[in-house]
Amino acid sequence: MSAEAHPGTPEPNHARRFTTIWLIATVIATPLVILLLGPELPPGKASAEAAGQVTDNTVLLGMATPVLLLVLIYLAYAIIVFRQPKGAVLEGPAVRGDARLQTAWIVITSVLVLSLAAYGTVRLEEGNGAGSGNGPTPLTVPKGPKLPVQVIAQQWAFTYRYPTYGGVETTHLELPVNQMVELHITSIDVIHSFWAYQLGVKADANPGVDNVVFVKPTTEETFEVHCAELCGIWHGGMFDHGHVVSAGAFEAWIRQQEANFAPATKVLPPYAKTYSPEPTRRAE
Amino acid sequence: MGVGAAVALLGVLIGLYVAEWATSLPTPVAAVSAPASSGGTQLTLETVAAAGPKYSPSHPDWVSYLVRKDGKWLRSTIYTVPANSIVHVTIYQYDGDSGLRNPFLSQVQGTVGGTETVDGKTVNAINPEEASHTFVVPQLGVFVPLPGVAEEAKNQCEFAPCEGAAHRTISFSFKTGKKGRYRWQCFVPCAAGFIDGFGGPMQTMGYMDGYINVV
Amino acid sequence: MSTTAAAATPQPVGRPLWRRLIGFNLLTAVILGVGGYYLGWFIGHQVDGKSFEFQAAIDENDVALLLAYFFGVVGFLIGLGFANYPISRLLGRPASLREKEQEGIGRYFGLCTDHKVVGIQYLIGIGVFFFVGGLNAMLIRTELLHSSPTFVGPNQYLSLVGMHGTMMMGMMTSGILGPFANYFVPLMIGARRMAFPRIEALTFWLLMAAGFILVSTIFFGGFPTGWTGYEPLNDQAVMGMDSYICFFALVGLSMCLLGLNMMATIITMRAPGLTWSRLPIFVWSVFATSVLMVLAAPMLIATLLMAALDRSINTSFFIAGGGGSSYLFENLFWFFGHPEVYILALPGFGIVLELLPVFTRKPLWGYRLAVSGMLGVSLMSFFVWQHHLFVSGINADLRPFYMLSTEIISIPTGFIFLCVMGTLWKARTSFSVPMLFCLGWAFNFLIGGLSGVFLSDTPSDTTTHGSFFVMAHFHYTIMGGLIFTFFAGIYYWIPKMVGLRFNERLAKIHFWSMFLAFNSTFLPLFVLGMEGMPRRVSFYEPKLHTLNVWVSISAFVLGASMLVFLVNAVYSLIFVRLRAESNPWRSKSLEWQVPTPVPVNNFEQIPVFDSDPYDYGTPLAVGGGQPAAARA
Repeated sequence: MSAEAHPGTPEPNHARRFTTIWLIATVIATPLVILLLGPELPPGKASAEAAGQVTDNTVLLGMATPVLLLVLIYLAYAIIVFRQPKGAVLEGPAVRGDARLQTAWIVITSVLVLSLAAYGTVRLEEGNGAGSGNGPTPLTVPKGPKLPVQVIAQQWAFTYRYPTYGGVETTHLELPVNQMVELHITSIDVIHSFWAYQLGVKADANPGVDNVVFVKPTTEETFEVHCAELCGIWHGGMFDHGHVVSAGAFEAWIRQQEANFAPATKVLPPYAKTYSPEPTRRAE
Repeated sequence: MGVGAAVALLGVLIGLYVAEWATSLPTPVAAVSAPASSGGTQLTLETVAAAGPKYSPSHPDWVSYLVRKDGKWLRSTIYTVPANSIVHVTIYQYDGDSGLRNPFLSQVQGTVGGTETVDGKTVNAINPEEASHTFVVPQLGVFVPLPGVAEEAKNQCEFAPCEGAAHRTISFSFKTGKKGRYRWQCFVPCAAGFIDGFGGPMQTMGYMDGYINVV
Repeated sequence: MSTTAAAATPQPVGRPLWRRLIGFNLLTAVILGVGGYYLGWFIGHQVDGKSFEFQAAIDENDVALLLAYFFGVVGFLIGLGFANYPISRLLGRPASLREKEQEGIGRYFGLCTDHKVVGIQYLIGIGVFFFVGGLNAMLIRTELLHSSPTFVGPNQYLSLVGMHGTMMMGMMTSGILGPFANYFVPLMIGARRMAFPRIEALTFWLLMAAGFILVSTIFFGGFPTGWTGYEPLNDQAVMGMDSYICFFALVGLSMCLLGLNMMATIITMRAPGLTWSRLPIFVWSVFATSVLMVLAAPMLIATLLMAALDRSINTSFFIAGGGGSSYLFENLFWFFGHPEVYILALPGFGIVLELLPVFTRKPLWGYRLAVSGMLGVSLMSFFVWQHHLFVSGINADLRPFYMLSTEIISIPTGFIFLCVMGTLWKARTSFSVPMLFCLGWAFNFLIGGLSGVFLSDTPSDTTTHGSFFVMAHFHYTIMGGLIFTFFAGIYYWIPKMVGLRFNERLAKIHFWSMFLAFNSTFLPLFVLGMEGMPRRVSFYEPKLHTLNVWVSISAFVLGASMLVFLVNAVYSLIFVRLRAESNPWRSKSLEWQVPTPVPVNNFEQIPVFDSDPYDYGTPLAVGGGQPAAARA
C-alpha cells in the first residue's frame, strides 16, 4: 500500500477514498434509519406526547448516523490501511495538526450541537413538556379542557385520584381517549417516579411537591406503569397496568369506581395538590 | 505460593459467605388444608408489636408477622398456597393502631365478598385511624386493613408469641389463580421510629414483607 | 537493587519476626482500627437524651456506627504512622520529606513516601476492590435471569446493586490517577517525588479503609438507595446506610487530597525547560481531572455530612415534612456527581492520546486542541448537572438552559476524537495490546458519547431517564472508556513498573473476549431501556426475558475475560517472570528513558527539556506534503 513497498506507485488519495466511502454509507444508511427504523422507535404512538418523542428520537438518530459512520468507517479504514508493514519499524509523517481541519470541525460540531439544543427546546415547549414532569408551574399549558388526575405515589403502589369525580381514589388508572389529561404527581413518603411507558410520560413524585404532566392519549390500549426511581425494597414490584378506553367506557368505569369506593372516599382528606400525612418524622 | 493459596482460600470462603447472605430468605411455610366445609387451605398469622429477643435477637423491638406451623408460631413471611383455589386467612392482631397514611387503604378489596370479619363482625372498611397493619397482595388485588388493639385495653402483648394477650381476630378469604410468586406487604407506617414509619421492619423480609408462593 | 542515601540502616541479622512486627505498620493499624471501632461504638451507646429516644424503638444506633467508623479509621491511620510526622514537627524535630522507604516487600504494606511504591499499592488495592464490585455485578445479572425475584432476597438485591455501583464509582475515580499518575507524573515531568509524599500515601490508605467499610455494610443490613443515596429513602434506611456514607466521605477526602497533590506537583515541580506547551498530554489530563477532584469532592463530603446528621440526630435537611427538601439532596449530589463522571472520563482521554503516538509512530495530532478539549470539559462539567433532574419536577425554566449546556459539553469531547483520528492518519500502526485497548476505547466511547446526546434531549430523556438506556450509556463511557484505558495503562506500563512482560497471547485473548463480551452485554441494554425497563429492579415485563438472559450470559463471559487477565497476571508476573527491556515500546517519553527498575530518586540528574515527548515521525519534505523516504 505504501510508496516504499511499490516504488513508482503513487500514494492513493486516502482523504478522497475515505470521504467517498463515508458519503456512500451515509446516503444509504441515513434514509434507511429515518424511514424504516424511525417509525418503529419506542415509545410508540399511543399518545401525542409519545409520538412527539418518536419524532425527536428519529431526528436524533438521523443526525447521529452520519457521525457514527464517520468515526467507525474512519477507524476501520485506519486500522486496515495505515499499518506498520510486517517486520518493519517505520515512522509515520510528522504532522502535528491542520488548522483548517480543526476550525472546520469546531464549527461543524458546534452548529450541529447547538441546533439540536434549539430543536429540543422548541419540541419541549410546543409539546407542553413532551410528557415529562414540568414541576408545579409548567412553562406552557395546553389550551382547552383538561381532565385532572392525581397520581399518588407511596411505598410501594400508585393510587389515582379524580378530583372532578368526587375525589374518588382508585388502584388502577383509566383514561378516556383523545382527551387532554393533566396529571398531578406527588408522593407521600420518598421519591418515586411515575412512568407510563406507552403514553410517553415520566415524572418524579417528590414529597410535598406537585409535578404536572400533560398527556393526550390517542389510542385505546393498555399501558405499563412502572416506578422509575428507587424507592425501597419493592421498587421493582411497584408496577401496574393502565387502560385508555373510549369516553363512554370511561364514564361507566368511573361511576362504578365511585360506587365501589364510596366507603373509602368518605374518609379521604379533601383533594389537594400535595399531602402531608402523619407520621413525617420518627413515629411513635 | 503458600500465601497465594491462603489468599485464594480466604477469597472462596468470603465468596461463600456473601452468597449465603445474598440468598437468605425466611423459611417458606405452607398453608394447611382447611376443613371440608369451607374447602381450600387455611393460613393462620399473627401480628405483634415487638418480635422479642427469642424471634428476632438482632431487632427485638421490630414489629413482625408470624405464622402458625404445627401448633407453634414461626417468624416467617413466605407462605405457600395452592393455585386456583380458595385461601382462608385468620390473623390474630396483637399490635396497637398507628393509622394509615393513605386512608384509601382502609377499604377491603379483593377478598371473597369484598369483606373481612373483625371479631365476628363482617365489615367492608375500617376506621383508617384504627389501622394497625394491612395484608396487601398488590398483584392479586387483595387489600385487607387490620384494626389495632385499643390503647386502653388491658393485658397488651409485650413480645411474640403473645398467647392470651389482648388482640383482635380478623379473617377473610381470597382466591388464587395462576402459579407464581407474588409479593405482599403492610401499608401502615408501623415501623416506629423510622421516617414515615416505613423503614426497618417495613423494608425487611421476614417482618412486614413477604412472598405468597402459589404452586 | 540500588542503594541511595536514604536507604534504611541495615538490620542486624536474625531479628525475630515478633520484634519486626512491633512498630507503625499494617498490623498495628488493624489493631488500633478495631480498637477505635469499639471505642466509637461504646461512646455512641452512651449518648442519650430526648432526641435519641427513637433508638429504643428502631434497635439501630446510627450515632454509634458513625462514631465507630470514624474512630476506627483514625486508629487505623495512627497505627500506620500518619500521625508521627505532624507530632514530630509539633515537637520541633527537623522536617523530612521521605521516610519509611526501606528495602524489601514490607514497604508495600505500610506508609511509604516513594511515589512508585504508592502507585503499585494503588494498582493492587484498586484491583482487588474492582474485582469485588465485579462479583457483585455477576450476582446482579444472575438474579436478572428471571423476570421476578427468585434467587436473591429483595433487600439483598438492592444492596448488591448499591454496593456494585458505589464500589466502582468510589474506587475507579482514582483508577488511573492512583496507580499511573502517582507512579509516572513525577517521572514524566522530571521530578524526584510528588509535592506531598505523605499525603500521597494517605490517599491510598484512606481508600483502603473506605473499601473495607463499604463491604462491612452487609453486617448492618445493607443499604437500599443505590449509589446515588437519594433522600428521604436514605434517612429511612437501617444502619448499613452509614457504611455508604462513611465510604463516600472517605473517598471524597481521598480524591480531594489526590487532586491537590497532583496539581501542586504539576504546577511547581516541572523540570527546567518543561513549559506548559511541552507537557505530556497525559499530565494535562491528570491536571484537568485534579481541578475537578479538588472542587467537586468537598461538595460530596458536605452533602454526606448533612445526610449523616439527618439520620443520626434528627435534623431535617432533606425531609419535606420537617421543612427540608428532597430536591436539596438531588441537586447537591449531582453537583458533585456530574464532575465525578468527568473525573472518570478525562484520564481515559489522557491515556489514549498519550499511547497513540507511541504505537502509530507519529506525533500527537492537535496537541493544543486536545488540551483545550480537556480543559473545556473540565470547566463545562460544573454547568450541566441538572440534566440528571430533567423529569424530577425542577422549575421548567431551567430545562432549556441545561439542555444547551449539556449539548455544548459534547463539543470539547469531540475535540478528543478529532485528535485521535488525526493521530491515526497515515500512521504506521502496530497493534500491540495497549493499542488494541485504545482502539476499543474509541469504539466504546463513541457509542457512549452519542447515546449521551439522546439523553441530553429532554423529550427523548422522558422515556430513557432512570431506565436501562442510562445504564448502557454510562457503562459504555465509564467501563468502555475508563476500564479499557485502565487495562491499556496496565499492559503498557507494567514492564516499567515491575520490569516483567505479560504473555502476549493471553493478553490478546483477554482483549478480544472483553471487547466482544462487553459490547454483547451492554448494547442490548439500550434496547431494554427503550422498551421500558427501569433501573435497579428485579421484576421486569416477561417480554424482556430473552434479552435479559442474553445480557446475563454475556456478562458472565465478560467476568470470565477478567479471569483471563488474572491468570495472565499471576502466570506472567509471579511464575514465568520474563524480563522486559527498558523501553519495549520504543517510546520517546521521559519515563521510558530511566532504567528498569526505576531508581529510588528517579534521575541521576534532573533532566532539561527542549521539546515535548512527541518527536516521532519523519519530518515532511520541504515544499511538499509527502514524507521523506523513511529509513527501514
